[in-house]
Amino acid sequence: MSKKVIATTSLAGCFGCHMSILDIDERIIDLVELVEFNKSPINDIKKFTKKVDVGIIEGGCCNSENVEVLKYFRENCSILISLGECAIMGGLPALRNGIPIEECLNEAYLNGPTVKLNTAKIIPNDPELPMILNKVYPCHEVVKVDYYLPGCPPRADLIWDALVALLTGTEMDLPYEVIKFD
Amino acid sequence: MRENILEIISNYNNDKTRLMDILHDIHSIAGYVDQESIELLHQKLRISEAQVNEVISFYHFYNCKPLAKVNIYLNNSITAKMHGREGVLNAFRNECAVEEGGISEDGEFGLFTTSCIGMNDQEPAAIINGSIFTRLTPYRVRELVKDLRNGKDIKELIYEGDGGGRNALPEINSMVCNNIRRRGALLTQDYLPFEITKKLLPVSTPEDIISIVEASKLRGRGGAGFPTGLKWKFGRKAEGVHHVVICNADEGEPGTFKDRILLTEFPELVFEGMIIAGYSIGADIGLLYLRYEYKYLLNFLKGLLDDMRSKNLLGKNISGIADFNFDIRIQLGAGAYVCGEESALIESLEGKRGEPRDKPPFPVERGYLNYPTVVNNVETLASIPKILKNGSDWFLNLGSNDSAGTKILSVSGDCNFPGIYEVEWGTTIKDVLDMCGAYDVQAIQVGGPSGALIGEKDFNRALSYTDLPTGGSMIVFGNKRNILKNVVMNLMEFFIEESCGSCSTCRNMPMVMKKKLEKILGGRGVESDIDDLLSWSEVLKVSRCGLGQTASNPITTSIKNFRHLYENLVQKDIVFDTGFDLEESVKDSCAAVGRQPILHNL
Repeated sequence: MSKKVIATTSLAGCFGCHMSILDIDERIIDLVELVEFNKSPINDIKKFTKKVDVGIIEGGCCNSENVEVLKYFRENCSILISLGECAIMGGLPALRNGIPIEECLNEAYLNGPTVKLNTAKIIPNDPELPMILNKVYPCHEVVKVDYYLPGCPPRADLIWDALVALLTGTEMDLPYEVIKFD
Repeated sequence: MRENILEIISNYNNDKTRLMDILHDIHSIAGYVDQESIELLHQKLRISEAQVNEVISFYHFYNCKPLAKVNIYLNNSITAKMHGREGVLNAFRNECAVEEGGISEDGEFGLFTTSCIGMNDQEPAAIINGSIFTRLTPYRVRELVKDLRNGKDIKELIYEGDGGGRNALPEINSMVCNNIRRRGALLTQDYLPFEITKKLLPVSTPEDIISIVEASKLRGRGGAGFPTGLKWKFGRKAEGVHHVVICNADEGEPGTFKDRILLTEFPELVFEGMIIAGYSIGADIGLLYLRYEYKYLLNFLKGLLDDMRSKNLLGKNISGIADFNFDIRIQLGAGAYVCGEESALIESLEGKRGEPRDKPPFPVERGYLNYPTVVNNVETLASIPKILKNGSDWFLNLGSNDSAGTKILSVSGDCNFPGIYEVEWGTTIKDVLDMCGAYDVQAIQVGGPSGALIGEKDFNRALSYTDLPTGGSMIVFGNKRNILKNVVMNLMEFFIEESCGSCSTCRNMPMVMKKKLEKILGGRGVESDIDDLLSWSEVLKVSRCGLGQTASNPITTSIKNFRHLYENLVQKDIVFDTGFDLEESVKDSCAAVGRQPILHNL
């Protein structure tokens, strides 16, 4: 049997979910026996080099680049998993969702108490920069998502069990106790 | 003003645990808490400004900005909407020249939305400068606003007259009606106030009392149903310098108003229940947490407590029992549903944000100020004197096998006779519908938003702790109602509004689920969206308190019992529809920073 191919990315997340992936410790050696990693911050592969079986998404979408990457993952992955609070519900970045975007940008670049050096009063607007979305979107509101692994971050055992279940085609047990937040 | 604020703070001995009272007093003289007051509170109470601010911002009825001269809090519960809230709202908007959530330009009128104020049997209702106005109509609003503009006092504006019963007392003087439609063991007038305190307590040990309560199989009436005798036993056993009894009168579950009736017509029963609980667990501190919306009862209740003190029913050596020292203080809440959760309520009593605590330790071990604390519902405590008077067997003979006694139901919605119905446990939903004159019924919300939305196939089920448990709220929806668009959406909005925000699950998931429901209602849903809603709701179970754990119930129980309503709305021929529009979603930010959206490569 050929190895299954996995890809991961972090959109509007804190990389905590990726840290949690690494937290499977020495089992990562077992994982490498089971799978091959394609595009991922872990190996720094930038572009997909082949079709991927499982794409793991950390973080929701807060800007146009997130949307682009997420769509790119959807096109190239057979199965897409939303990993963690931000991918599933928007998480901490979504705290801005109740505030108009103009107010957020003014606070961040013009009026915030820590803004000292922006004497020209510029809000970054270079065309090279990703465009900010009016609010932070959970991944499933942008593309079809197949599975959701909750937690903040989802703990390593949960990620491990889910991957093993998915790759071996077995049922996964998801008791209340394994879901942890904050 | 500074002197007045300092005096208020010193009235409470610079005690930071009394911050709720201090803020109430500041509001009563200034209308809001200004920056200077916040600084004084920080200095005198030795808490940070942030701690003061976080308390003010947590509660609905505290403000750090000045409000209008007349402030109207219009209830937005589903029942209010069913009975014409929109017309009333529009009348206020036109007459007062104010938008919902704002203050009129002349500073005369403020119009605000508020969650259920416990008047579901007489909606639409509003709190206007502290007074309750029920059964509002556009005509009534025009009349009210005209007289308010002419400078009439709010108290002179209750043309309807008082609502009868003790609502007529000068201390209450409210138009709120009791609407007691059916009296059972608890609501009958066969009660001689404080007979048990005077006659039975002096000749009984606390253990005797607890064993009678245990034998009666009385269970908590707030909704969770914990056996009361057992709770008292734990409370008595737990060690502490003080022991505390708390009566939870923060009746915030939309559709519930039974505690209002008990506190209006039978407060002696409730207070005597507290005294008996205090005697049983060895408590010296008694606290009644009254929701802000029932502030109109505060002076009446305080007067009763004063009267009890003068009769040696509170204070030292109560009823001549050596060393039985117990007193009751009423703590007024400030508008927060989550404070009905017992550990959040305790946090609030300590002058903090009402955020639920991690458990264990449970309040019976470490509760108010870390003393062993028994928290009981109003109705639970009101049952106690009658159980002791008539015996546990009498109580056991009421109700059904697993659920002893009676339950006071708050019935509202599409029925001819909304109000209070005291029924024995074991009564079926069908019987209740026939009692209240509800015909042509599509659905019933049993137990408030955290309960279940049930349909006809469940109408033969019985109210009991094992079949269909309830804290007492029943809202009836007739066939003409749009269940998903109006009912389920309203209940979800309630949870989103009332989440304390501490757990990310409860802070975010109800919003995400609401978005999904909107997608379905907007015609862009697909079959898998319905199943997603069910599976996502599971994650809420890790929330810290009952509010978060049940926040998806309006959606999950409506899918369970009315799945066809969802299926009628979803698209059958496709498996996914994003509903996401990049161009639309970047429009505002590009305009704000002054750049052209680039969409061609996406």
